Amino acid sequence: MKVWSYGDDINTDMLFPGKYTYTCAKPDEIKPHLLEDLDPEFAKNVRPGDIIFAGKNFGCGSSREQPVVGLRAVGIEAIVARSFARIFYRAAINQGLLLIECPEAVAAYKPGTPIHLNLKESSIAVGDQTCKFPTLPPEILAIRDAGGLLEHTRAKLRAKAGAR
Amino acid sequence: MSMTFAEKVLARKGGQKNARAGDLVTCKPDRLLMHDNAAAITDKVAKDVAEFGIADPEQPVIILDHVIPASDEKTATSHKKIREFVKKYGIKHFFDIGTGVCHQVMVEKGLVLPSMLAVGSDSHTCSYGAVNAFATGIDRTEAAALLLTGETWFKVPESIRITIHGRLPEMVSAKDLILTIIGEVGADGADYCSVEFWGDIGHLTIDDRFTIANMGVEMGAKNAVFPVDEVTKGYLQEIGVGRVTWNPEWADDGATYRQELTWDLGEIVPALALPHKVDKYKPVTELAGTEIQQCLIGTCTNGRASDFAVAAAILCGKKASPNTRLLILPASRTELEEALDAGDIETLINAGAVLLPPGCGPCLGAHQGCLAPGEKCLSTSNRNFKGRMGCKDAEIYLASPATVAATALTGKITDPREVV
Repeated sequence: MKVWSYGDDINTDMLFPGKYTYTCAKPDEIKPHLLEDLDPEFAKNVRPGDIIFAGKNFGCGSSREQPVVGLRAVGIEAIVARSFARIFYRAAINQGLLLIECPEAVAAYKPGTPIHLNLKESSIAVGDQTCKFPTLPPEILAIRDAGGLLEHTRAKLRAKAGAR
Repeated sequence: MSMTFAEKVLARKGGQKNARAGDLVTCKPDRLLMHDNAAAITDKVAKDVAEFGIADPEQPVIILDHVIPASDEKTATSHKKIREFVKKYGIKHFFDIGTGVCHQVMVEKGLVLPSMLAVGSDSHTCSYGAVNAFATGIDRTEAAALLLTGETWFKVPESIRITIHGRLPEMVSAKDLILTIIGEVGADGADYCSVEFWGDIGHLTIDDRFTIANMGVEMGAKNAVFPVDEVTKGYLQEIGVGRVTWNPEWADDGATYRQELTWDLGEIVPALALPHKVDKYKPVTELAGTEIQQCLIGTCTNGRASDFAVAAAILCGKKASPNTRLLILPASRTELEEALDAGDIETLINAGAVLLPPGCGPCLGAHQGCLAPGEKCLSTSNRNFKGRMGCKDAEIYLASPATVAATALTGKITDPREVV
């Protein structure tokens, strides 16, 4: 597992350039352009289970779900940041991508520090420091756990149609 | 119980008496905006829509603006799919290419009104706070789900109260004010928050308020909003919205704010946001003389007739520098027509400007006016992110229409107060 580490205010243009937004929507079209203008090595070398660490306001800027779809498709296990911008945060819930808002973990991280994620305990170990992170309210967690908003919505609609 | 604007709107729309920051409420937004991304959105739920139908054909609004006219076969096919979807499912509010940038069209067609709740699959949906709507951006998947259910969840945001005093000086505009505010608050300073504007707002036109609310998201705000006053009422009357169709909403005295900030408008000076962040504020004077290869006046932030009037006054009877390209991008057909009637478009064309069709154009780098490596663009748009205009090795500076027009004259960043 590799940790990819970035700074503050990483915007969605850096995560997925605007020039592709109306021509790429499917995971395989998105993957080669992930983080293209931020880190050309990322798309080539990212592996399932990798984690991203970042500073404040990760995902700010345009409403752009391709980076969320793409990061999930390449198997990013979680993004750990000091804070997230809100449209990106919702988009991650809607795609079932795990975001962890944990300034302590970001502060503790240095290149090479081993990371261990414990979802059951809502904690992340950075070296020998264990940091707790806030969980989502149950009704929002249900969206992520259903595999994303569309699956969640379909299940609700089917239940409603079945009840009729 | 005293509530903020956000708490009041979300309580009402959620069918509750009260709401507090942090609460989760489920609401049916009055409007759901989509643009060219409606092709990708409707693709996600094509089968589901066929099975369950559209929750409310009155709720979605689709406006083609991002890559118009289509730049290639792929975007042309997307537009075609959207037109077919609109017909098939009886979408009531559809505007084809050339009507304008979606946000401008939403406001000028009266599709968003005071106290309405609007969501849109575009971050600058927050613009509608100019006319007292609670408006915020969502992603494509959430828009797709809304087509099926008509409703979504909201976390009631904390609020920030910004009070302004006095009047803006000559050649200083609402754009300079909001760039100054963002510079101080920071790109994440209003993350997740509702930003309310209070104080001497009577001098700010709806165009000014639009520019300010439009950029709320650049400080992370969920929404940015102005109260209804005589200016709002006059505007709604002008666009033909009857008084009985809307109700204003505003915060109660004694509501709770996370932060309260104050600005003296008299102290605002022509402002820039330096590459590659909107909160990298500098006064124009500090960068004066920087050579600029492309000047862009327009977009949903500053592409209204009033913006072109400011630019035309500066460029009237003169020629833009041969060392720069001047692009004009109207926010809508209506605004273009008004600027044409005023003679301002003719003035700008005579000065050497290139007129682009009302839409998003070079703002997001998909087509029309992309930059080359090493070039610098001075733009009235709302974002200067790396790669934003199609090239990661170019630089974008943000400024007011007056500053961009003054700069077009000289080919170098120029303080507009020096050319009048």
